[in-house]
Amino acid sequence: MAEERRPKQCTVVLPTESMKAMAESIGVGQLQEESCVALSEEVSYRIKEIAQDALKFMHHGKRRKLTTNDIDNALKLKNVEPLYGFQSQEFIPFRFASGGGRELHFYEEKEVDLSDIINTPLPRVPLDVSLKAHWLSIEGVQPSIPENPPPAPKEQQKVESTEPLKVVKPGQEEDGTVQGKGQGATAADGKGKEKGLIRLKPRSTHELSVEQQLYYKEITEACVGSCEAKRAEALQSIATDPGLYQMLPRFSTFISEGVRVNVVQNNLALLIYLMRMVKALMDNPTLYLEKYLHELIPAVVTCIVSKQLCLRPDVDNHWALRDFAARLMAQSCKTFSTTTNNIQSRITKTFTKSWLDEKTQWTTRYGCIAGLAELGADVIKTLILPRLTVEGARIKAVMEGPVVSNIDKIGADHVQSLLLPSPPATKYIVMATSAGPASTQQVP
Amino acid sequence: MAAVQGGLVDAVEKKDIKTEPSEDSGGNNNANDGRLLSPPPGSSASAPGGNKPPAGAPEDQQTLLAVLQFLRKNNLAESVEILRREAGLPEDALDLKAGDSAGAGSGGAGGTVDLEGEDASSLLSRVTVSSSAAAQAPTKGRTGLLPTKAVEDQPDVNVVLSAYSQQGDPALYGVYYSGLKRFIESVLDCHRAELSQVFYPLFVHMYLELVYNNHENEAKVFFEKFSGDQECYYEDDLRVLSSLTKKEHMRGNETLLDFRTSKFVLRISRDSYQLLKRHLQERQNNQIWNIIQEHLYIDIFDGMPRSKSQIDAMSGSLAGEAKREANKAKVYYGLLKEPEIELPLDDEDEEAENEEGKPKKKKPKKDSMGSKSKKQDPNAPSQTRIPLPELKDSDKLDKIMYMKEATKRIRLGPDNLPSICFYSFLNAYQGLTAVDFTDDSSLIAGGFADSTVRVWSVTPKKLRKVKSAADLNLIDKESDDVLERIMDEKTASESKILYGHSGPVYGISFSPDRNYLLTCSEDGTIRLWSLQTFTCLVGYKGHNYPVWDTQFSPHGYYFISGGHDRVARLWATDHYQPLRMFSGHLADITSTRFHPNSNYVVTGSSDRTIRLWDVLTGNCVRIFTGHKGPIHALAFSPNGKFLASGATDGRVLLWDIGHGLMIGELKGHTDTIYSLKFSRDGEILASGSMDNTVRLWDATKAFDDLETDDFTAATGHIHLQDNSQELLLGTYMSKSTPVIHLHFTRRNLLLAAGAYNP
Repeated sequence: MAEERRPKQCTVVLPTESMKAMAESIGVGQLQEESCVALSEEVSYRIKEIAQDALKFMHHGKRRKLTTNDIDNALKLKNVEPLYGFQSQEFIPFRFASGGGRELHFYEEKEVDLSDIINTPLPRVPLDVSLKAHWLSIEGVQPSIPENPPPAPKEQQKVESTEPLKVVKPGQEEDGTVQGKGQGATAADGKGKEKGLIRLKPRSTHELSVEQQLYYKEITEACVGSCEAKRAEALQSIATDPGLYQMLPRFSTFISEGVRVNVVQNNLALLIYLMRMVKALMDNPTLYLEKYLHELIPAVVTCIVSKQLCLRPDVDNHWALRDFAARLMAQSCKTFSTTTNNIQSRITKTFTKSWLDEKTQWTTRYGCIAGLAELGADVIKTLILPRLTVEGARIKAVMEGPVVSNIDKIGADHVQSLLLPSPPATKYIVMATSAGPASTQQVP
Repeated sequence: MAAVQGGLVDAVEKKDIKTEPSEDSGGNNNANDGRLLSPPPGSSASAPGGNKPPAGAPEDQQTLLAVLQFLRKNNLAESVEILRREAGLPEDALDLKAGDSAGAGSGGAGGTVDLEGEDASSLLSRVTVSSSAAAQAPTKGRTGLLPTKAVEDQPDVNVVLSAYSQQGDPALYGVYYSGLKRFIESVLDCHRAELSQVFYPLFVHMYLELVYNNHENEAKVFFEKFSGDQECYYEDDLRVLSSLTKKEHMRGNETLLDFRTSKFVLRISRDSYQLLKRHLQERQNNQIWNIIQEHLYIDIFDGMPRSKSQIDAMSGSLAGEAKREANKAKVYYGLLKEPEIELPLDDEDEEAENEEGKPKKKKPKKDSMGSKSKKQDPNAPSQTRIPLPELKDSDKLDKIMYMKEATKRIRLGPDNLPSICFYSFLNAYQGLTAVDFTDDSSLIAGGFADSTVRVWSVTPKKLRKVKSAADLNLIDKESDDVLERIMDEKTASESKILYGHSGPVYGISFSPDRNYLLTCSEDGTIRLWSLQTFTCLVGYKGHNYPVWDTQFSPHGYYFISGGHDRVARLWATDHYQPLRMFSGHLADITSTRFHPNSNYVVTGSSDRTIRLWDVLTGNCVRIFTGHKGPIHALAFSPNGKFLASGATDGRVLLWDIGHGLMIGELKGHTDTIYSLKFSRDGEILASGSMDNTVRLWDATKAFDDLETDDFTAATGHIHLQDNSQELLLGTYMSKSTPVIHLHFTRRNLLLAAGAYNP
């Protein structure tokens, strides 16, 4: 339907070669050039005519996608036999072939062995049409239920956080009060003011309904509680529920405070739980976290580079937490880094700075390298590879040097294993090709 | 096919032309003198399709004309005048020399079809078989096979097209056009917007003329050069036009026939028109003048020229604006008197049990209702204007139920928005094409692309079939619960599927008494289903082409249908042929609705116009233009005074039926509007669209603002304020579910329906 998209072009005509190819396919060779031209013009015109009629059927079918059935119906309208064999397929692949200076697009018709069809088990019967009712609005307010779209779609959250001055909620622009009711935002603005005046951004109060407060309590308790099954359920809910937009500030404060407290207390398990919450929030397709990064990033970075994350650094596997947090960091860099907030470069700088510091502990050193390594092939190439020799020497000094503390030794060991799971060059190549995280350690 | 359709259109068009001379002499003498003297259509119909001089014109006349032309060229105006008078030639004979034969040709062509059309419309005033037979006649050609059609096509189309056989230097078309463009760009601002209206029809006709005369390359150049200048809302038509590059293509092209057979109507103020006329005459620009004379109908009014926004609001239809005369007829938009039904008293007691304060409130309300129905609305048609079916006992019961529900109705308003319950069709696989609710909201029916019709019960009461004839014989007919006994308990289920159509079901409508269901389909039939037996009762054939919409009259018995054949048909359930055929639309009829008083029907079309038809006379009493896309949704306000329409352009337009005026524009939707509904008291208008939203609009305010406005009803020029943002009360987004149907329950709860597209 190329014609449909470029309305002003009246010259879109099928190439005459196609006419020749089609003529040959039905056994007419040696078609005159003139007849080809005449044919192609006529055929192009007829195709456009049919496409226009087919569009009518699409509109009345209340669809946005033109289907083969629409074209069949349009052909019927013109008293032409419809094209058989194209029914009900979503997508009909045309194959392309060239050779001898000619190009062909054709529909591949496979020979089907009937016995194959008979012998294959029947596909599942498609589900029958059913009717389901839900409240789209209750006295003007749209309830936050899974059947309704999230109150603030992700796109809008993104616009809100990246271009705060442009924010115009789809409904708010038209009518402050009603949307306000729906969104729980104060709507004192707008209505009274004349058009053309500066549009103030509505202050949102983020009041939580009783149900939402209950939900928040349950979820946070389950997330940091002792029951793993409950936690999995809660995390699942955070990752999928469409109505969490309002609770986002609470969650982010919860995580940030939690990390602050538990780092001091060296409570590894809780830190891991909190990081899993961050992951779940990031996985939720309806949330856009940009506005809360100022709380979340420090928490995550703490979990990567903190000197001590657990009570018994020699025994506990805090390395896995660092890896996990590093992966989260990389993910948020990828999603939220813009030219204005420069997250990625700022993070990179932080990591490099503390890595380059001679006095840095081995644990922090490990975190920095892990954090950098997750940021992608470019970072590895420019920042890690040049320092491999220096780092190697340092590790060697610890491993082979005079007896130092056991903790240092373990730290150096881990840094070495991070840098050397395979020869560095190979690792680089692997990173470059897969562009994914190399470490395979899993957080419990 | 096309020829026959063209013929039908012709039939209507001819009437218009015949009325023209009288209109002209009425007051537009000065401005319209050119047209006044053009020969009446059909007077010299002997030369179809030729470029020969009119049969009656002797050779001397040709010579005289030549002399006249020479004199005029040398600016000897007085001599021209004298010679002309002496020879008894019409003033514009010069200019019209070529045009004459064309006009005559088309006049002759329409002749035969015309007769039938006239017959049909006059006979249609009575419900007789013969009338429907006559009406049927013009469509017969369609049933034939392709070859026979082509033969029928030939003469008519040729005649129609011959209008384009005027000769002019093809290379000069561009020059003419850009000359006019320069002129219009240089005139005073106040005239520019009005005169700019000429561009589009002129462009189309010049292009078609070039194509018809086989100047393919010039046509292409002309199109590329000027198509960009046209208003964006003509884009769809331009697209059709752009694909048309050969004379052969013109044969059977509907768009083209529309252009030829119907005059493009422009409304221009007298001053602007004079300006244009003077310019064209000074420049001797006959080519353009001919087109204006031949193919344009210029509706001249006295007074201020209109502004660009005023023009834009009304233009956009396939054939220009409606003539002012088209909207002058009296329309009885008032409601019919409600039959008086006594509310049984025991029900009231029952109410008292439920709520203490209720009965007090209820009484005055009921009284007001009663008094309202006793007074005859001066704008209402007489009760018997259209014979309506008598109320059955069950209908009366239903009316009582309705009144009881009405007392519990929530008063809606900007501060009191309705709750919306959304019925999602799951697993419909993009196949849901139509939905309807019963008035009491107990049943939902859906039409699907796989030709099936499904009916659901949304109340706990399950759907049951009537027992078979053999079983019915066993029933004791005297027993009290005989109505209960005839139902077959074994068949009880929440939904039923009706099979019968052989194409997608595009329209669906419940009868008011919930006993019947009406569906129309791509297969060209309308089917009536019984909801007692869940079988098909009748297949109404007549359209032969896809039927896009159908609806029962609010009083039952009658129904209206419209489809691809551009003819809307009025049927009665017990007649297998239509009672009325409403023809006049230039493209598919995309939606049809009954007026609440059943005396009128409204049709929306792909030609971007809305027409209101009188059921009694079959006349078109209103033409509303202003939409920029096919009209897919129509809704009357409950008081019958206003009409709302929604189109693919995403705008809702509001119309005052009595005055025939556009009174509002509601902007906000971003995609086709498929559904419109007023709340039961008319305070809120709900619109549902392909953009997955339901929007609520303040209808009271929209109509109130108007009444305080000074009503330029005489000219029909409206100043629309852009206040749709203030009128929008709410936007409710669904989850990727286009809203196909909306319905207010009797208590003003809004029900919406659509298919979920994951």
